[in-house]
Amino acid sequence: MFGKLSWAAVPLDQPLPMMASGAVALAILGVLAWVVVRGHAPYLWREWITSVDHKRIGVMYTLLALVMLLRGFADALMMRSQQALALHSGGYLPPEHYDQVFSAHGTVMIFFVAMPFMIGLMNFVVPLQLGVRDVAFPTLNSVGFWLTATGALLVNISLGIGEFARTGWLPYPPLSELTYSPGVGVDYYCWAVQISGVGTLLSGINLVTTILKVRAPGMTYLRMPMFCWTALASNLLIVAAFPILTATLAMLLLDRYLGFHFFTNEAGGNMMMFMNLIWAWGHPEVYILVLPAFGVFSEVISTFAQKPLFGYRSMVLATMAICVLSFMVWLHHFFTMGAGANVNAVFGIATTVIAVPTGVKIFNWLFTMYGGRLRYDSPMLWAVAFMTTFVVGGMTGVLMAVPPADFVLHNSLFLVAHFHNVIIGGVLFGAFAGYTYWFPKAFGFRLHEGWGKAAFGFWVAGFYTAFMPLYVLGLMGMTRRLQHYDVAAWRPPLLVAAGGAALILIGIGCQIAQLVVSIRGREALRDATGDPWNGRTLEWATASPPPAFNFATLPRVGGTDAHWRAKQQVGNVNPGAGAGGAGAKGEAMEYQDIDMPRNSPTGVVSAFFATVMGFALIWHIWWMAALGFAGAYGTFVIFAWRDRSEDRIPAEEVARLDRTARRGPEMAPDEPARAVRA
Amino acid sequence: MSAAGLSAADVNAAVPFVPDEGGPAPVRIVVGFGFWIFLISDIVMFSAFFAAYAVLVGNTAGGPSGMQLFDLRNVAVETACLLLSSFSCGLASIGAGARRTGMFQAAMAVTAVLGAAFLTLEIREFGGLVARGAGPGRSAFLSAFFALVGCHGLHVSAGLLWLLTMMAQVWAKGFREDILRRMLCFSLFWHALDIIWVALFTVVYLMGTTP
Repeated sequence: MFGKLSWAAVPLDQPLPMMASGAVALAILGVLAWVVVRGHAPYLWREWITSVDHKRIGVMYTLLALVMLLRGFADALMMRSQQALALHSGGYLPPEHYDQVFSAHGTVMIFFVAMPFMIGLMNFVVPLQLGVRDVAFPTLNSVGFWLTATGALLVNISLGIGEFARTGWLPYPPLSELTYSPGVGVDYYCWAVQISGVGTLLSGINLVTTILKVRAPGMTYLRMPMFCWTALASNLLIVAAFPILTATLAMLLLDRYLGFHFFTNEAGGNMMMFMNLIWAWGHPEVYILVLPAFGVFSEVISTFAQKPLFGYRSMVLATMAICVLSFMVWLHHFFTMGAGANVNAVFGIATTVIAVPTGVKIFNWLFTMYGGRLRYDSPMLWAVAFMTTFVVGGMTGVLMAVPPADFVLHNSLFLVAHFHNVIIGGVLFGAFAGYTYWFPKAFGFRLHEGWGKAAFGFWVAGFYTAFMPLYVLGLMGMTRRLQHYDVAAWRPPLLVAAGGAALILIGIGCQIAQLVVSIRGREALRDATGDPWNGRTLEWATASPPPAFNFATLPRVGGTDAHWRAKQQVGNVNPGAGAGGAGAKGEAMEYQDIDMPRNSPTGVVSAFFATVMGFALIWHIWWMAALGFAGAYGTFVIFAWRDRSEDRIPAEEVARLDRTARRGPEMAPDEPARAVRA
Repeated sequence: MSAAGLSAADVNAAVPFVPDEGGPAPVRIVVGFGFWIFLISDIVMFSAFFAAYAVLVGNTAGGPSGMQLFDLRNVAVETACLLLSSFSCGLASIGAGARRTGMFQAAMAVTAVLGAAFLTLEIREFGGLVARGAGPGRSAFLSAFFALVGCHGLHVSAGLLWLLTMMAQVWAKGFREDILRRMLCFSLFWHALDIIWVALFTVVYLMGTTP
């Protein structure tokens, strides 16, 4: 009746997972209870859960990423403390648990922190920057988000029911085959990633179509803001790479469920094919994550240097070059496979070539800053920290691209230090910069700057303290994923690294404090202008938070940095115009009815059925899996049957909302953009 | 900044009006384009299965090879069914374009029958192989074969489910604009399955039986 599922699946004898899952369950129940008791449930359902507004979906993606960051970071703390303790001893985490912790850490951080963070930022910002009212496929967007959330939920369910994979964040066969991993851990991994991968693919299709087909009049390709270009490159990579992941994990699942022999040790299976396939997805994935971060930094640096981005066209070219090259280097993840000296040389050279367009970008950012009127608000601080940190990470990457060096460093802590160096220093710093930069656009008030700077300080100091020792340890010969060790010389750097993790913990604490303080003090941090940073691109040309339709009238675009140009021209023609002038023009403006897509529970309902189906497949409960599939299919049919897909916002209502939004600045102080300093 | 509080209207005021400067594409274009992007991703997925097949085709582990297993006559009938179904799917699109319900439903029904015939033949082939001890667990070659051909078969099954839903939709709602857009996507999907089948039948069956 319930397949492999029985009470034995709940690890009642292991205190740590029980405490962790208990805490997660309590937190979820607590939030649910609070929502219901305070009567927020109908509002949340109407305005957020069923919303197909790209801004709301973007915010929910980001929220999911922030919550999962706490989960992934808890895993990181456990690993650092375990290694700090485990000299000549077993530490406090038994091997089978430690292995789950490092597997979950990688899985959570890549699939459920970095991905949703970047997709969230792109969802929120891209349509606003393109000057349009919505993405190409709003309901599909909602389905994509909720499927991602399903994956995150399944990973967390594995805490309390069953186990997670012990194979690392990429389940290399033959270890991940049924013979060596007979439990449900690998199945949890596979189904969680498969379901969220479908969500990611939907989101990629949606954003590619949006950027290529839905832009404001006059927004030609070479007038698009840099973030839109990097989003385009990133989503093209999603469309081209994620299907490979789906196929690869499908093959592994066929091996595990139906006795196929793709990657097994017997019957002609070829496990090295798994490495090739998974990294044909995995390497582009790195750029899927970091390219949008490059976009964020391009926006932030040019805004806070108050200059146009230096070398815009070379930046576009570099972005697209990275997009293409990222598919040609996958073999550098397993030089040690023994493909031969010539093959390794080709991939080694291809890998070092990627440093060229990346270097172009670094120089472009530096030249953007050169001669600019620099302001160091916290988004800009993250950008500067990124440039220095990412260069270090990139250099160690180029070092490992040399095959003989890689033979020494492969799977050592040097590698671990390298990829944390580029992913934290590149992706995460970019995510934090974007979060701080666009937060006022999303909510109409800024994040508290003092707490933001404190978080920045602890994060950067913590990052260097935690990961520089790992480079040293790698050179000392320490391999990754060790549950215990007997080399006394490794102890001191591991203690320093644990201290670094503690500093990062303080940084995360500051970020939580920043959010709480900012929400409580939001009136003081209110931005009435819609343009708190003196921005350059179109997202700043509408109110904060923007109305559901983003723009009352679609902007017409005459060049790059459209909003900046408009501000310059208005300033030149009529000095001191601004709010009053805009209001006057507002009276004369012609408003039209706007059709916006209706909210739909399709996303959340189909994700519910996907969760049921995923859980049932993990535990071999076949009737329940069939039920889940039927439910998801039924949901789509019901969605297809609806007669009204759009709601009309009448022109008078648009006009009223627009006038209200424009009146805001008149009541604010003279220099609203700069006046409110926390 | 004196220009704080600027809005899209001011951006427009700063830009001279140029006719024919683009703007968001019509919904039909957006939907069709998006579906093409999906098809590309689907083809990438198939290419992974093709690659796996190419790697594993020689790994028969002492079991039978394609030469001993494939029955080209069966495959020829399958191919004929699928190609004819693409033709009738085209007729259905014409019927939908001309708003002729009878023609549309008849052509869709023929497409469904041909698709179901294809699936039946494929299932029979699979069943025969398993009965002869040449199931997917026999060797890596057979694993790759069953996965690649089966993946296409699953697509055809999903296509049939979609096809029947389209027939029901047109029957219940008529040729509404959004339903016509879905029909555009469906026909793209069905034709793409044909293209994949042509590659599959060449790489798996023809090359597999060429000495």
